Amino acid sequence: MTNNGWTPDQPLVSIKDVYKSFGELEVLKGVSLDIMQGEVICIIGPSGSGKSTLIRCVNALNTINSGSITVEGQEVHDPGLDKLELRKKVGMVFQQYNLFPHKTALENIMMAPIKVLKQSEGEVEERARKLIKRVNLVGKEDSYPGELSGGQQQRVAIARSLAMNPDVMLFDEVTAALDPETVNEVLLAIKDLAKDGMTCILVTHEMGFAREVADHIYFTDRGIIVEHGPPATFFKEAKDPRTQEFLSQIL
Amino acid sequence: MSLFTPVTGIEQPSKTDLPVLKPFNASAAGMADDLLFSRWLGGMPPWLPLVFFAIVILWPTLSWAQSTYSTGDAFSALQRWLPFLMLHGFLFNIIISVLTMLLGTIAGILLGLGQVSPRLSVRRFSWFFTQLFRNSPWLVLLFIVMLSFPFQIEIGSLVIPVPDWTKAVIGLSLPIMANISEIVRGGILSVPTGQWEAAESLAYSRRQTLQLVILPQCFKRMIPPWMNWYAILTMATPLVSLLGVEELITLSRQAMESENNHPELLLPFYGFALVIFFAYCYPIARYTLRLEKRFAVKQ
Repeated sequence: MTNNGWTPDQPLVSIKDVYKSFGELEVLKGVSLDIMQGEVICIIGPSGSGKSTLIRCVNALNTINSGSITVEGQEVHDPGLDKLELRKKVGMVFQQYNLFPHKTALENIMMAPIKVLKQSEGEVEERARKLIKRVNLVGKEDSYPGELSGGQQQRVAIARSLAMNPDVMLFDEVTAALDPETVNEVLLAIKDLAKDGMTCILVTHEMGFAREVADHIYFTDRGIIVEHGPPATFFKEAKDPRTQEFLSQIL
Repeated sequence: MSLFTPVTGIEQPSKTDLPVLKPFNASAAGMADDLLFSRWLGGMPPWLPLVFFAIVILWPTLSWAQSTYSTGDAFSALQRWLPFLMLHGFLFNIIISVLTMLLGTIAGILLGLGQVSPRLSVRRFSWFFTQLFRNSPWLVLLFIVMLSFPFQIEIGSLVIPVPDWTKAVIGLSLPIMANISEIVRGGILSVPTGQWEAAESLAYSRRQTLQLVILPQCFKRMIPPWMNWYAILTMATPLVSLLGVEELITLSRQAMESENNHPELLLPFYGFALVIFFAYCYPIARYTLRLEKRFAVKQ
């Protein structure tokens, strides 16, 4: 493994002074944060504050203009980056699930390990069935995404990402598109992951959930991190007026 | 704020961002115009050409009643020529259309994939040739190929003759290639960009993304416009008669000449061509519309 001398006592994901703009529009203006292995962090903030963009930069779906993002010591902001190697380590779940509609739930989960990691089909299927069980979808293996509810689809999407055995998971507002009654089942699946020691970066609007699972909370507004801290202090003793205003609106 | 992350080669965001392809509205998906011909042809009642033919039968008796050569004579002439016209004429139209479609489809898929290539130069090149051949008159393309290609190729002592009909196939396959290229590009663009992102985040290579995720989803959608172009192409095959390639219309004209060019022959012979083309293309158009409806609901 060439991981540039990275050891588990260093941050698994390290974001330093990242700037990013879409054309004229500056979305990130010097964001820095570190995530240790096994840590769960939540990024909260008003819409358009750059949260989603930030985590999409971590697996190189977006490129950054300047600054540095490292995953296990590997620089992401590097033109010679092997994106595929990076993405094997970084799983991602999207707001819109983005399951492959022409494949069943089980096939959705099995496809990447077989085709990308070249693992044997039998082994992958065994793992996929375990994951299905873990996200509580036994009996839905052969359903197509179109036949599943939003919450079920999102859990398949989580299982699909986990099947790649990633070292860190990115969750991009994964409950934002769901009906209120299915939000909980998805949050439970994520909570279960967090308990198991998976490193997670979550962009979310679920404050109660953030308070419960996060080790650290970051509040972003207009492209910068305004305030951060462990949930116990963050929610009670927010100092910045912008944070206070946001929290008062949402809680 | 546009947060659309350009997938290299996909220069515009997909019109739909639905995670699962919900019932898709054909008229809004950007390929509606591609089915214009099938809609028009398939929308005809099947008895319409028979009415035409009936008019054809009746009309000359009124117009040229004094002539010694009667319509009856003309029809018995048609009857005599019929097996020849079918076997050496219409069959060639079918063969030309099938070969053209085959060649045009293969080239068109390559050109269409080129239009969404991650490499800008390939994209520009493919776009240019797609637009060039899509917007050129077919007959002009046919003439260029016909006149610029050699009638034989000599490799040392080996002489390979290039018959006219192969040149006709190449000439006709150029506009077909360009239109298939657009169908492929349109189909790929109709897949939500979220699908690209999901595949990319699972470490699929671009080739795997296309092969395993994108193309299987748009393949079905490409079939109706593809069949539509086949029907258009079949209807256009008589163009090659202008260049002397043997097919139905060329042979009909020759047959009429050998029957002393009586004007009474015109309507039965050309009427027959009309009916036989209709009989071949009409079911294709109907089936195209049926497939379109089916794929629009399922997916």
